[in-house]
Amino acid sequence: METILSIKNLHKSYGRIKAVKNLSLEITKGNVYGILGPNGSGKSTTLGIVLNVVNKTSGDFEWFDGKLTTHEALKKVGAIIERPNFYPYMTAYENLALVCKIKQINFSKIDEKLEIVGLTDRKDSKFRTFSLGMKQRLAIASALLNDPEILILDEPTNGLDPQGIHQIRDIIRFIASQGTTVLLASHLLDEVEKVCSHVLVLRKGEILYQGTVNGMITTQDFFELKATDNQLLESILLKHPAVNTIEQHHDKTVVYLKNSLSAAELNRYCFEHNIVLEHLVKRNNSLEEEFIKLISNS
Amino acid sequence: MKRLLSIEFQKIQKNRASKILVITYFVLLSLISLIASLKFTIGSLEINIAEQGIFNFPYIWHFNTYAASLFKLFLAVVIVSMMANEYTYGTLKQNLIDGLSKKEFILSKFYVVISFALASTVFVFIMTLLLGYSFSSYTEIAIVFSDLEYLLAYFIKLVGFFSFCLFLGILVKRSAFALGFLVAWFFVEKITYGFIKFNLLNGTYKTKNFADTIIQYFPLESMSNLIKEPISRLNAVKSIENALGGSENIKIYAVQFSDIAIVSTWIVIFILTSFYILRKRDL
Repeated sequence: METILSIKNLHKSYGRIKAVKNLSLEITKGNVYGILGPNGSGKSTTLGIVLNVVNKTSGDFEWFDGKLTTHEALKKVGAIIERPNFYPYMTAYENLALVCKIKQINFSKIDEKLEIVGLTDRKDSKFRTFSLGMKQRLAIASALLNDPEILILDEPTNGLDPQGIHQIRDIIRFIASQGTTVLLASHLLDEVEKVCSHVLVLRKGEILYQGTVNGMITTQDFFELKATDNQLLESILLKHPAVNTIEQHHDKTVVYLKNSLSAAELNRYCFEHNIVLEHLVKRNNSLEEEFIKLISNS
Repeated sequence: MKRLLSIEFQKIQKNRASKILVITYFVLLSLISLIASLKFTIGSLEINIAEQGIFNFPYIWHFNTYAASLFKLFLAVVIVSMMANEYTYGTLKQNLIDGLSKKEFILSKFYVVISFALASTVFVFIMTLLLGYSFSSYTEIAIVFSDLEYLLAYFIKLVGFFSFCLFLGILVKRSAFALGFLVAWFFVEKITYGFIKFNLLNGTYKTKNFADTIIQYFPLESMSNLIKEPISRLNAVKSIENALGGSENIKIYAVQFSDIAIVSTWIVIFILTSFYILRKRDL
């Protein structure tokens, strides 16, 4: 596997505040990584360090196995952090042309990338006339200009309306499907859950979990059931050998299992005991629930 | 270098305020030639400035470079805001993320400083030649092209002043504050000079000398020393001074090598410090 970025024992302190503590990370080609963490957990600081805008206190990081200097490597990286930063008095096209000059690539990709983010008809409008959603999409177009080896996005949907969030996620999913490595920092969990294959959970600058998204969601499945008489349902289900405990949540009966049990088997069992289910869902803790558990445990 | 210049000139060229300031600057520079048409009437005496010899070679090199340098503040504003804007727009950060190194960033700004100074110098050179050939009493090649060191001094003076502005822009991050700082610094130099000269050790002969020695090393003072005021060098003014019974001034009007060396040192200090600040700062 080709390593794109490796971080070793990275530390960053702002005076007495330690923003990043002993962070190590390896990013290999072709995966979609998520960095999860509450606000102030060191996500942006970590990204700032590898992107050459924040100075590390100690530790090391290497782009592409250290074959390139940081600023040379960044020409092969597409990144947007926090908010879109462009020259307000230049048009979308001119802003992208400037990025092309910095990255030393020709202007041929500009129109193609504007098309991907749906800004073709606004390419000659000044940046300052753009809405936040359009600014964010322009930022993504700019990050894609060089067909980057890795796309780094820090809170790409922050502050957008639902439609804008939806557009940005579609774009990210499209890019990930093309085989581009993506590193997505976010505090929005379903965003990471839907898009990422690997996840890194940070809290107060420390890594709490590092691995695949599926590996993080390991707890047993559970059922959400509803019948006309929930009490009867509960008493009958308790007799089933696979059932561990039962809880009543509002009008739903939540059934936790000891052993595995399929939805069909459970349904048949209820039916045999003259209970007709109105609602049957087999669920798994979402990343959000696992995340909250992880954050509050430690 | 071509790449960095093209990046910077796109930033300036697309900015309407900067463009207007640069154009105004060059228009004002060319207005120096209008001095030629100035006429005073003192009593019954009519004085035509052009006939007082200020357009004579080689004096005109001194006069024009001095007059032209009075307008340098226009470009200084462009340079300060060019730097401060990068902070306010967040584009400094974005440029670095896009793959510009911090060294390249400072270098590209310094290239703009050099370009502005060079363009001004060339402009003044051409304007002076035209003015001189129209009004000068002497047009022999040897005389025309003597005292050209004033052009060099003018160039160094502009590079020094703009580097100072660039440094302030990087240090202070806001154009208004940076320009305020520049004005404040001017007074700091003057007050420090006055303080050493008249207060410290009660203004003895020794401290007066010490103050005069030390002031020439201050950045703004050393820049202004590069080209001394040319007015009192005029024959007309000199004869008035003599008539009034004043002692003849024994001022040195020539460009001093020591001043060039001092200002060049400041340029190096400003640019290196700017780079150092940018490297140390978390953006």
